[in-house]
Amino acid sequence: MKRLFLSEPTPMPALAAVAMLLLWPFAAWAHVESGQAGGFVSGLSHPVSGLDHVLAMVAVGLWGAQLGMPALWVLPVAFPMMMAFGGMLGLMGLPLPGVEVGIALSAMVLGALVLGGIRLSLIAAVLVVAFFAVFHGHAHGTELEPGQNAMLYSLGFVIATGLLHAVGIGIGLIQRWDFGRTLLRGAGGLVLAGGLYFFWGAVA
Amino acid sequence: MNRARSCLALAALLLALPSVALAHLVNSGLGPFYDGALHLLLSPGDLLGLLAAALLAGLRGPRAGRLTVMVLPVAWLLAGLIGLHLPSTLELPWLSVLSFVFLGVLVAADIKLAPVAVAALAGLYAVLHGLLNGAALAAIGAGPSTLLGVVMTVLVLALLTSAAVVPLRAAWAKIVVRVAGSWVAAVGMLMLGWLAQGTA
Repeated sequence: MKRLFLSEPTPMPALAAVAMLLLWPFAAWAHVESGQAGGFVSGLSHPVSGLDHVLAMVAVGLWGAQLGMPALWVLPVAFPMMMAFGGMLGLMGLPLPGVEVGIALSAMVLGALVLGGIRLSLIAAVLVVAFFAVFHGHAHGTELEPGQNAMLYSLGFVIATGLLHAVGIGIGLIQRWDFGRTLLRGAGGLVLAGGLYFFWGAVA
Repeated sequence: MNRARSCLALAALLLALPSVALAHLVNSGLGPFYDGALHLLLSPGDLLGLLAAALLAGLRGPRAGRLTVMVLPVAWLLAGLIGLHLPSTLELPWLSVLSFVFLGVLVAADIKLAPVAVAALAGLYAVLHGLLNGAALAAIGAGPSTLLGVVMTVLVLALLTSAAVVPLRAAWAKIVVRVAGSWVAAVGMLMLGWLAQGTA
């Protein structure tokens, strides 16, 4: 047997130890933080992955734009906060009956309000939006995939919701033109139609 | 004799193998100061409340901004130094989340607090998170240099954020700040849910 680095023939325990070293399982030392970025992207993509959510959240922005200040910003502030509150209730295990019906109804009601150009008082408008936001949060704020970071998921989820409101507000700005006001109400009609479709799916 | 020596050498080699670092200090490759700076930037739990405190200070005007920018890093540093000497890691997830939910709600509601009150709230937040940071750093063998990196990042972020908000006059710009506050609060509420569920 060839000598390695010892003056005497290599003893068996040493050979066994060398073999053990060579076979030593090296864990992944690097810190890629697996799941963390996934948590953010997953949260960010979740609200836009369901058309029922998209319709309602965009409709909040449309209605806010139609109502003008201060509803323009109060509604998009109220919705994410109450949605998060609904998510918190869901995570705590508190049941909320008829979640899917509530989500579909949110699109129907908000679409109808935009279609009819209905102007409620600020408090009434906030109450309507806050009521429906709880259903959205309860249903979809709680779907964290295993191994993902809850904080980043929540951050992505809230940001995506806010951006959907911003899209609605952006679209709603067309109401400064006469034809825009008509178009805006037409958009409300589309939201209402979408809500009816999802309502049918929820109760059928 | 040689056999014993070779076995001893191999045993020493085995013992010298690095163990897995379970703690979460991201290695910037630039030394402990920058590791600390990066640590804060990659810790949304710390960042959200810090940003909310700076936004609140900015909304309340230049005096609140100046006081907060002074109080935040000093309180963070002092509490961090105490945390470095704590015997064990602090785990206060509920309090940590509630602290930034509270600050987020204050920003969203644009509560008219006196500058001293804003600075005091920011200081309380800094004390809590400084203690948590210090204890966490001590648990992974990091020292004052890393803490200094954290604190300098706190200073820079608080300074830039409040300085960006103080001169805002347009209504829409202030609304954007309040919306950001509401998002901080919303994230916190979801986090409370995750904590209640035991997932976070």
